[in-house]
Amino acid sequence: MEEPLLRLNGISKRFPGIRALDNVSLSVHSGEVHALIGENGAGKSTLVKILSGVLPPSEGEIYLEGRRVAFRSPHESQLVGISAIHQEATMFPELSVTENIFMGHHLTKRGFIGWGSMEKRTRELLASLDIGIDPRSKVKTLSFAERQMVEIAKALSINTKIVIMDEPTSALTLREVEHLYKIVRQLVADGKAVIFISHKFEEIYEIADSYTVLRDGAWVGEGQVKTSTVDQIVRLMVGRSLDQMYEKTEVAPGPVALKVDHLTRNGVFKDISFELRQGEILGFFGLVGAGRSEVMRVLFGIDRADGGEISIGGTKVAIRNPAEAMRQGIALVPEDRQLQGAILAMNIRENMTLPIISNLAKHRILRREAENEIAERYGSMLQVKSAGWEAPVNSLSGGNQQKVVIAKWLATNPRVLVLDEPTKGIDVGTKATVHKFISELAARKIAVILVSSELPEILGMSDSVIVMHEGRITARISRAEASPEKVMLAATAATAGHGGERSPL
Amino acid sequence: MKDLFKRRETSLFVIILILAAAVGFRAHDFVTPGNFLFIFKDSSILFVVSIGQFLVILTGGIDLSVASIMGFTGMSVALLDKVNPNMPLVVIILAAMAIGFVLGSFNGLLVSALNIPPIIATLGTLSIYRGFVIVLSGGTWVSADQMAAPFRDFPQASFLGLSNMICIAIVVFAVFAVFLHLTRKGRDIYGIGGNMLASQYVGIDVKKTNFMVFALSGILSGLAGYLWVAFYASAANDSAAGLELQTVAACVVGGVSILGGYGTIAGVLLGSIFIGVVKNALSMIRISPFWQVAIQGFVILLAIVLNTVLDRRAQASMLKRRVL
Amino acid sequence: MTGQKSGTETSARAGTSRDGASRTRAHSLRNLATQWEMLLVYLLVAVFLVNSFISPYFLNAPNLLDSTFNFMEKAIMALPMMLVIICGDIDISVASNLALTSVFMGMASAAGAHTPVLILVGLVVGSALGWFNGMLITRFAIPSIAVTIGTLSLYRGIASVILGDGAYTVYPRSFAYFGQGYIPGTHVPFELVLFAVLAAGTGFLLHKTSFGRRVYAIGNNQTTTRFSGVNVDRYRLIAFTLNGLAAGIASILLTSRVGSTRPNIATGWELDVITTVVLGGVAITGGRGKIWGVALGVFLLGFLQFGMGLVNIPGQVMNIADGFILIIAIMAPELIRRGRAKASLSARRAAKAP
Repeated sequence: MEEPLLRLNGISKRFPGIRALDNVSLSVHSGEVHALIGENGAGKSTLVKILSGVLPPSEGEIYLEGRRVAFRSPHESQLVGISAIHQEATMFPELSVTENIFMGHHLTKRGFIGWGSMEKRTRELLASLDIGIDPRSKVKTLSFAERQMVEIAKALSINTKIVIMDEPTSALTLREVEHLYKIVRQLVADGKAVIFISHKFEEIYEIADSYTVLRDGAWVGEGQVKTSTVDQIVRLMVGRSLDQMYEKTEVAPGPVALKVDHLTRNGVFKDISFELRQGEILGFFGLVGAGRSEVMRVLFGIDRADGGEISIGGTKVAIRNPAEAMRQGIALVPEDRQLQGAILAMNIRENMTLPIISNLAKHRILRREAENEIAERYGSMLQVKSAGWEAPVNSLSGGNQQKVVIAKWLATNPRVLVLDEPTKGIDVGTKATVHKFISELAARKIAVILVSSELPEILGMSDSVIVMHEGRITARISRAEASPEKVMLAATAATAGHGGERSPL
Repeated sequence: MKDLFKRRETSLFVIILILAAAVGFRAHDFVTPGNFLFIFKDSSILFVVSIGQFLVILTGGIDLSVASIMGFTGMSVALLDKVNPNMPLVVIILAAMAIGFVLGSFNGLLVSALNIPPIIATLGTLSIYRGFVIVLSGGTWVSADQMAAPFRDFPQASFLGLSNMICIAIVVFAVFAVFLHLTRKGRDIYGIGGNMLASQYVGIDVKKTNFMVFALSGILSGLAGYLWVAFYASAANDSAAGLELQTVAACVVGGVSILGGYGTIAGVLLGSIFIGVVKNALSMIRISPFWQVAIQGFVILLAIVLNTVLDRRAQASMLKRRVL
Repeated sequence: MTGQKSGTETSARAGTSRDGASRTRAHSLRNLATQWEMLLVYLLVAVFLVNSFISPYFLNAPNLLDSTFNFMEKAIMALPMMLVIICGDIDISVASNLALTSVFMGMASAAGAHTPVLILVGLVVGSALGWFNGMLITRFAIPSIAVTIGTLSLYRGIASVILGDGAYTVYPRSFAYFGQGYIPGTHVPFELVLFAVLAAGTGFLLHKTSFGRRVYAIGNNQTTTRFSGVNVDRYRLIAFTLNGLAAGIASILLTSRVGSTRPNIATGWELDVITTVVLGGVAITGGRGKIWGVALGVFLLGFLQFGMGLVNIPGQVMNIADGFILIIAIMAPELIRRGRAKASLSARRAAKAP
């Protein structure tokens, strides 16, 4: 058998307390699209970081065209021919498309930059990918999809051998996705290899040749897409069936707790209407950028609505800031735990009591006993594992950090609890605890909104599902009627047939 | 064409013209070629230092020590010249730049190797370098008659009919325009100011670039330090004190983003001329020179607020155009 | 800790062991923080020794108390500067604020105002100038460095426009008490007592109230704090206004002490004030710092400068020492932290990894 273009052998990555990757092996041949499959938290992103030189592996070897390679930086991995299209913002918004493509390796002639030849090359690259962007336009004026295309062009500009795409379709319209597929096929036709990270099956069957499945940081299987069934791959991916994973208590919904009418924020989302009852878990599903988190931000008073109404328990309310939202009994466990949810350098007690600190204080003077009591009550309720409530949050594992954030919001005694991606990036054990806990909250008549990008989570936990696409609600599906296909279809707006209207491509 | 009018440089240029016309209306002496020549000469010192400040601000930092570096190098070369009146001017100028380089490098080390925020590091060296001036001079000053003729006359002399000061400004402009636009190191500066993480990903050495901008700022301040003492024909302990704020003003008025990553050398040139025109206009229409610092502060605030508001408005309209 | 299954019994037991663990943990954390303060104490003792070696009269109680006159105005300005820096901001316009406030008091005095009115002018003008900084910073979301560089120039500029090359030298006799007087019947300067009271107040505010807790939270993570229902901008605005108020108080004291307002009043003081705060162990990146540290920083820097004065080191040369102290004070914790960071870095990475 011929030597693969890229071979990973026994790659492990340990962080204190966590084994993010355990003995993962992978082979990719030139001219093929290799899908890297796994649920959120399976270790895909860590593997991408290792391949692209962002993180060093703890163990294992990487071979490129049979030669062992090691990188100390993303730049070194690019030099040997591996380019990752990162999900993070790795562009220069104030600079031109041309410059974004050539930053770090500007073409020079006798030491001086040749703008003419760079622009010409950019035009060629963009044309070869059939992308109609002016090389001179500033990147800050481009859409998300266009930026992604520029990233691909950038990878090609350095004669890359392997392009890694990390969930590239998650924020694209159907037409943009079609275009991306075309580009991917063109890349492999040119003899390059593409590592395509995804957890969407239609996508994998559409584009990939071979696959590797990761689960909980470990290699669980590989094969050819053509000769594998969806069932086989799902079993590898999940390792258990849906109902085992989600313990959901049946709750008879109470009166309407929250009513949202035609909520609109210009340029972000439009005409959002829904009702949420006590004890109900309402799932919000959609692709990245569909506007779900943005709706929640308005609900919680972080951003302002341009139109529409919000009613709590039957009374219309104006929510101008988070403090007001809290007074109305709304709590938001935000999407980004480290940036928005927790204060890493402060201890667990201080984190948990921050939103209610003025209630705990007497004449504004802090009362330590009251704080300790809150920390003890909610910390043990959520089974936070720590060296004590005085331990700084950055000494905890991701899952326990998330528990602290949830505890912090429960301590506000909310009537409506919004959870935005509550299990993103936490280990499977903690995930199950969080799910069980959400279910218990609903049983205690708290109205819950669950925003998630994980289809199984949405289907497993929600009483009904609202699906958003490009800032609008495209479907409302009850638990009984919800199926993965239905929800995904609405999320990609395949039925509506107007998917690509905003794409200038 | 439409693009030309939208650019900040163009509007700043128009503002300068209007300002000059308005002042000229009140004071006819203002619009004489002689006076304009004086303004350009005077502004060229500010421009040279401001380029250094510009490089630092582009990376997202700030250099508050530029005026103290000028003071120290100015005093050093004035003493050097006083002791060795026969020393060739070229050597003097090179010495000024070398001293500036050393002081700037120290700033660069503090920021890049020790991770000290630029504002704090250079607030410290602002005092340190100014203190060095007194240590060096023993509290005295060097006056015009203690300076050798070539040393003192250089700023007044001209080359091919163009004032030496303006020649130097043109050379600095040309060199740094090429550096910023046509070399990788120059583009790296824009890169790390625009997106530090992304710069690291594409292999730009952020620490080295940070060091480089402070070192360059030091070299330019050194050069300007000589020009200052020669142009004003005296090296005092407080030479150029407070000029650091004028350089910040020249940059922000010229449209340079205080957050880094955006700005043009033409903008800095116009910003420097703007400050020079204001300074000169005050004396022409007989407003107390004490107004200068207040106006400079006002202009800094106004420019920063305007830059921020305009930028945000542009972003908001872009967002609206994109979705829905 | 062993695995926590469920039920109150387990968690109660876990709670006890947790308390034990937390005690040791908190203890070591406290050790870590107090290390810096202990270092300041040793340095302070060293400065005392050297000073008394230079001048045999230094340790004489009245002399010692009198020597605090030299740095109490800066000390008072350092207190709310601490708030501003813990919030993650900075204000380099304080000395210009002091100057402009003094000019306004001079104008009022020239117009025949009595001492109570002068005090009122000082407090109001100082606060207003501080508020203006905070307003620009929060309303337009501009970095505090940029805004206060502008007002550093603006405030000083307006002061010199009003003053021209003149000076205000006539103040009511009773006005002299604030900067020159002693607590009746003692040899304790009024300035020193005022500082002690304000420092106690600042310490109480920062360490014992919900206001203080939120200030630390803001400095550590503005976004999370905003998401936690705290009106972050209001707190920052309050911090800047208090900073202005302190500049106003300092202006009253200094004007009263020297009995005049001259153009170069308090030039360069922003360096001393910021140095004091940083020397006191307040992280320049925000979120960390204790009142005890800053109080120690005040006396350390103050007596150090006094000592340099004893051996006739000129003011501007003293600035060299100030500049180096600032840089070293910032560097030292950074270097210590780097050592420690190696240990905890891995822990944080684990938290970040999906």
